Amino acid sequence: MGILSFKIILILLIFLVSLGIAAYSTYGERKVAAFLQDRLGPDRAGPFGLLQPIADGVKMLMKEEIIPAVSDKILFILGPCIFMMTSLMTSAVIPWGTPVHIGNSVFNLQVADINIGVLYIFGVVSLGVYGIMIGGWASNNKFGLLGAVRASSQMISYELAMGMAIIAILLMSNSLSLNEIVAQQKGMNWNVFYQPLGFLIFLVCAFAECNRTPFDLPECETELVGGYHTEYSSMKLGLYLFAEYINMFISSAVISCLYFGGYNFPGLDYLSTVLSPNLVSLISVGALFTKIFFFIFFYMWIRWTIPRFRYDQLMKLGWQILLPLAILNVLLTGGVLTFLK
Amino acid sequence: MQLTNRSKVIAKKEMSFMERLYIPAILGGLAITIKHLFKKKVSLRYPEVTRAFAPVYRGMHVLKRDELGRENCTACGLCAVACPAEAITMDAAERKSGEENLYREEKYAAKYEINMLRCIFCGLCEEACPKDAIYLTDRIVPSEYKRNSFIYGKDILVEKVDERIDVSKRKNEYSILN
Repeated sequence: MGILSFKIILILLIFLVSLGIAAYSTYGERKVAAFLQDRLGPDRAGPFGLLQPIADGVKMLMKEEIIPAVSDKILFILGPCIFMMTSLMTSAVIPWGTPVHIGNSVFNLQVADINIGVLYIFGVVSLGVYGIMIGGWASNNKFGLLGAVRASSQMISYELAMGMAIIAILLMSNSLSLNEIVAQQKGMNWNVFYQPLGFLIFLVCAFAECNRTPFDLPECETELVGGYHTEYSSMKLGLYLFAEYINMFISSAVISCLYFGGYNFPGLDYLSTVLSPNLVSLISVGALFTKIFFFIFFYMWIRWTIPRFRYDQLMKLGWQILLPLAILNVLLTGGVLTFLK
Repeated sequence: MQLTNRSKVIAKKEMSFMERLYIPAILGGLAITIKHLFKKKVSLRYPEVTRAFAPVYRGMHVLKRDELGRENCTACGLCAVACPAEAITMDAAERKSGEENLYREEKYAAKYEINMLRCIFCGLCEEACPKDAIYLTDRIVPSEYKRNSFIYGKDILVEKVDERIDVSKRKNEYSILN
């Protein structure tokens, strides 16, 4: 098998997995919400309601497609496309597991091992705001526009602190390649133990970047009807909601890779001496996905615990607390690396 | 002057550093919500599982017959007078000879209608009835498509001779009250 065909299969697989996980995140979200509120949640479609996402998808597709007469048609359609595309693109640089052996050749379980992996993620994620911005602008609706403006200013504010938190990681690992960063966190040598403050900042910023509660101001129902997707209906709305869950999945993967050792787990070295490499690879993928699922659950757990911020509180937290803290974290890390090593 | 000892002095006190960190508060909140994950759920999977009724539940009415299968109701109209929702109407008629096995007394209700959309299931009709004729049961009034279908006549209200409806629990409630 050539490297090209392997990559194509891997890309298709990741696409399908992220779409599947996004679909079942909606189900998971409803179930977690229900269980945290002493309810049962959806349990009618199939056993335990497992077919609910399919029913939801069919519903979304069957709904009437409404494009407002006063909207900018091209941009209106482009908005959800950009948002969906950027959220799917992010997964390209994530190392999903240890290499697999097929025939005589060894393949990395990563679509593109580029040496600027972290930068790539940041670049693509910040493009995602265009999807929201264009969608909100093109709907020609005050609520849509307000949601879009909120989203863009929120993302810009929190990307700064997020980037600063990452710089501390980069100082430690001397590399921008995600594969390299993950490989350095062998066993339990996870970055979170060296960078607890950085992790906290990154986590808070990731919540803000994904527009999840407590930072879901771009679509806060109580103030803005639906926020940037107020005018959207049918599958275009579905794409927006779907892309948000994909974002959640990818950001969980990034958090796991940057701070929780990605596919690493204690005993990986021992297992690779006794088991066949492909089996080890499978187990390591399982380890990564366990971490990802925990973070997806954590996102939902937070959602049903913390109420939404007020917008000025959000800005204050971003600029006056997280950003100085992140800079302090960079200085501390740099100081320790320079003088103590 | 302090009137009660329940009054609480509220001052806008500055939050301490730990409070301003928010992290302990958030962790506390997370602990509370995760506890609910393992609590017993209050939801019932309704059509398969139904919630138990109270023994004195007030549902759809029944017009009772006596032991010989004769209708108790004499169309005195006390229930209609007592009804706060004015849901009950009736027409009285005289019992002909040969109908003694149908009606217990000389006067009976030729028409007896309860508008289930008006009824508030307060039970004042059974309290007013001197003839033990009307009782509320633990049956639920089913949903209908037309408003007219909710006007229940004698065909629905009077109990069948061969399937008597047990109202002993409601009767007991009155014996306790009196």
